[in-house]
Amino acid sequence: MKILSPFQKKVKSITVEPEVFSASRRDFLKVGGILSGGLMLGVSFWSCNDKGKKLVTLAPNVYLSITSDGQVTIVAHRVEMGQGIRTGLPLILADELGADWSKVKVVQAEGDEKKYGNQNTDGSFSVRSFYKPMREAGAIAKLLLMQAAAKKWQVPVEECDTANSQVIHKGSDRKLNFGEVVEIASQLPIPTAKDVKLKEPQRFNLIGKATPIIDLHDIVTGKAVFGIDAVTEGLKIAVVKRCPVVGGTVKSVNDTKTLAVPGVIKVVQVRGAGLPATLRKPLAGVAVIAENTWAAIKGRELLEVEWEPGPNAGYDSAQQITELTAKMAQNGTVRRKRGDFNAARAKATKVIDHTYIAPYLAHATLEPPNATAVVKNGTCEIWAPTQNPQGAKDAVVEALGLPADKVKVNVTLLGGGFGRKSKPDYVVEAAVIAQASGLPVKVQWTREDDIHHDYFHAMSVQRIVATIDQHNKLSGWNHHIAYPSIGATEDLKALQPGDGELMQGPTDFPFDVPNIKVETHDAAAHVRIGWLRSVRNIPQVFAIGTMLDEVAVARGMDPVANALDLLGPDRNITFSEEMVKGAYPNYGEDIADYPWEVSRMKGVIQRVATESGWGEQLPAGTGMGFAAHKSFLTYVACVVKVQVDANNRITIQQVDYAVDCGVAVNVDRVRSQFEGGAQFAASLALKSAITIKNGQVEQSNFDGYQIIRMPESPREIRVHIVESQAKPTGVGEPPVPPFTPALCNAIFAATGKRIYNLPIDLGA
Amino acid sequence: MAKYSILVNGTKHEVDALEDMPLLWVLRDIIGLKGTKFGCGRALCGACTVHLDGNAIRSCSYPISAVGDSKITTIEGLSENGDHPLQQAWEKYVVPQCGYCQTGQIMNAAALLKKNPHPSGHEIEQAMQGNLCRCGTYNRIKTAILSVASPATVAPAVITE
Repeated sequence: MKILSPFQKKVKSITVEPEVFSASRRDFLKVGGILSGGLMLGVSFWSCNDKGKKLVTLAPNVYLSITSDGQVTIVAHRVEMGQGIRTGLPLILADELGADWSKVKVVQAEGDEKKYGNQNTDGSFSVRSFYKPMREAGAIAKLLLMQAAAKKWQVPVEECDTANSQVIHKGSDRKLNFGEVVEIASQLPIPTAKDVKLKEPQRFNLIGKATPIIDLHDIVTGKAVFGIDAVTEGLKIAVVKRCPVVGGTVKSVNDTKTLAVPGVIKVVQVRGAGLPATLRKPLAGVAVIAENTWAAIKGRELLEVEWEPGPNAGYDSAQQITELTAKMAQNGTVRRKRGDFNAARAKATKVIDHTYIAPYLAHATLEPPNATAVVKNGTCEIWAPTQNPQGAKDAVVEALGLPADKVKVNVTLLGGGFGRKSKPDYVVEAAVIAQASGLPVKVQWTREDDIHHDYFHAMSVQRIVATIDQHNKLSGWNHHIAYPSIGATEDLKALQPGDGELMQGPTDFPFDVPNIKVETHDAAAHVRIGWLRSVRNIPQVFAIGTMLDEVAVARGMDPVANALDLLGPDRNITFSEEMVKGAYPNYGEDIADYPWEVSRMKGVIQRVATESGWGEQLPAGTGMGFAAHKSFLTYVACVVKVQVDANNRITIQQVDYAVDCGVAVNVDRVRSQFEGGAQFAASLALKSAITIKNGQVEQSNFDGYQIIRMPESPREIRVHIVESQAKPTGVGEPPVPPFTPALCNAIFAATGKRIYNLPIDLGA
Repeated sequence: MAKYSILVNGTKHEVDALEDMPLLWVLRDIIGLKGTKFGCGRALCGACTVHLDGNAIRSCSYPISAVGDSKITTIEGLSENGDHPLQQAWEKYVVPQCGYCQTGQIMNAAALLKKNPHPSGHEIEQAMQGNLCRCGTYNRIKTAILSVASPATVAPAVITE
């Protein structure tokens, strides 16, 4: 089994959809067992409500059930971590169905991709992949209910409609609650996607509006259940002391003092993956199992472990940055080529040449990793805050050697994900500890564990050389790149960025520059490398976006006008023909289905310029900066306004985003993702850095690894959403990439200082 | 191990715990009140904020042995029906994203408003700086607090149904 990062994975809506619906049909054959003349009928099962009344349940697909008492239940099959998907996907279905949203019940699916389709909630593709299937699931059920009502009323089905969980006969204004037609509907064949007509956008009553998240009240009253809150009978807590160096092993353990701590029950060893560390296996460690978290933490403090640290023991991140910086002067592996950069450089009138350095980053989800596992009688049941429930299930199956149908993964709410919780190492850890100890166990990571043992966003060194010719045109662009690849976590031979990593800025560089050369250099991985919200866009767009600002200055142009000019004529850009080595993955989508449209990029740039007051006169020490970038198939332009005082204190006064994500399903959650995206990016730009010495992470908690706090956070974040009926694309990650270059460019406008290293340090 | 009798949300609880066990784990693991969250264990993030005699404390770094006769209030006891003005404001402005830090944020804000019912924007920022939010909901948190403290200064809710 291999866990692919989502931008490598092909998740195409055109394949997901038939899979999803064919799976649902198979499932109902099993559940209902009713088949007539080869046609699938709507009834699935009988049950009783809590008052003992007999209920018929209509379940026309895996995402939806309606009972004869009128309850509409929608399955959230993807994972909630703050992006609002538990609200967003169900509301799409509810809108097409004509359900009364205030009475809809949402239930969280367990990990089962055969049944529900892809559940790996990562890569900003939930809405992109499931917008159409969810609409069709709602529309099919709507047609079925209308057919049932039409039969009862003896009217043509075309005269029926649905709203507020009722079928309406338009001619007579007669109404039937959904529950009243469930039994008749259950005798009818289920329509197919081909039979239904989707709503016209002007008739949407949820899609394109602002809908509060369904968990809102539970969250503000402390009732929401995150992974850390999951309980099961007799639950014990395990805290693990892990080898501080990736790839190391346990040499010896002395647990005498640990076992003397009141509440400590057992100490068990966890076998690590070794090297490669993998995206799905635990690190080598020793688990202290106790009656409560505190006893486990205390017991771990007293645990004496001698490690065999392995080949990464001498790793020093600062030294590797120095080595990679030296490589920037050498020829690398050419990955993308247009024209002849060297010739452009020879003829250039101006050459701008800079090296950019960005650090390792940790996810630091506020809920540290944790997972609860019960292993008994040849079965394993998990409760976990995981972004990837099927991936977690597969990994547990592999680790425990159990049949797939004996492992169940239940999904809780996630206290933040950002890519950390797509890697199920901590879920496997819980499962193997539960198996080894014979106890129901929650593995609880402390903050120190989280910061020390993350799958880090890799540090990077880049060099960009931009050339300007005698006609004041940007004639050449040479981007050198070196960082440990995510691929190295699975394959030690991966020394250079993968296609999916390079696609995020360098190989999808859209500008109409005649000569482009993208080169990559070797960089070995010595820690576990993973993906963090917006992935390699973070450093790559920092370098590209700030260099473009220097190009504007060199050309004597306004940065916004420069970007519009460089984009060239409106067209759809393809990149494949310029790839020298590897492919252009387009975030897993066919570029014919999701083209790179210059007109849409220009649209967001013009919109953000207008809305932000770009170009206005500003007081001394204040500046505006601009950057734009398409990532995860969503077009974003950003303007940041900063003030820098005499002590070099930076105040981010205002952030303006213009976004074109096609149809904005839940407008309020699109806004909130951009608000949060700016704050997240502000942490990375201004505060956060992980350094490694002797193979060990030097930071431990929020004092050493800092994230932004309220007083230093952007004061005002304004989100301008382009009205669009284009296919929807995601918004979880796209806010992050353009923020940092826009901020750096604003600092330049305010102070004349350029930023080449992150996090930003202007000196006190 | 020692026996303690503590008053949480108006109810007495007899607990048997190590004397240095932080109140957080007493609340979560022994009493079973899960609304108070673990974020850092070192009073750096504020996710574990509860009230001790009305003052905000970080329960992850407050040993059970120091509680004594003080009254503890957690998010579960902040209001009868989840209708504290701040909880209502949090819902009105749809503040949470993942929601994990929000109970700590609300408890911290509630303690602030008890001491200073009409804080300025600057005072809110200073009082809330110990509470981290990784999703980045700071602006809505500030707006929600201001909407309770000084309603006239705040724009209407972003969400309208």
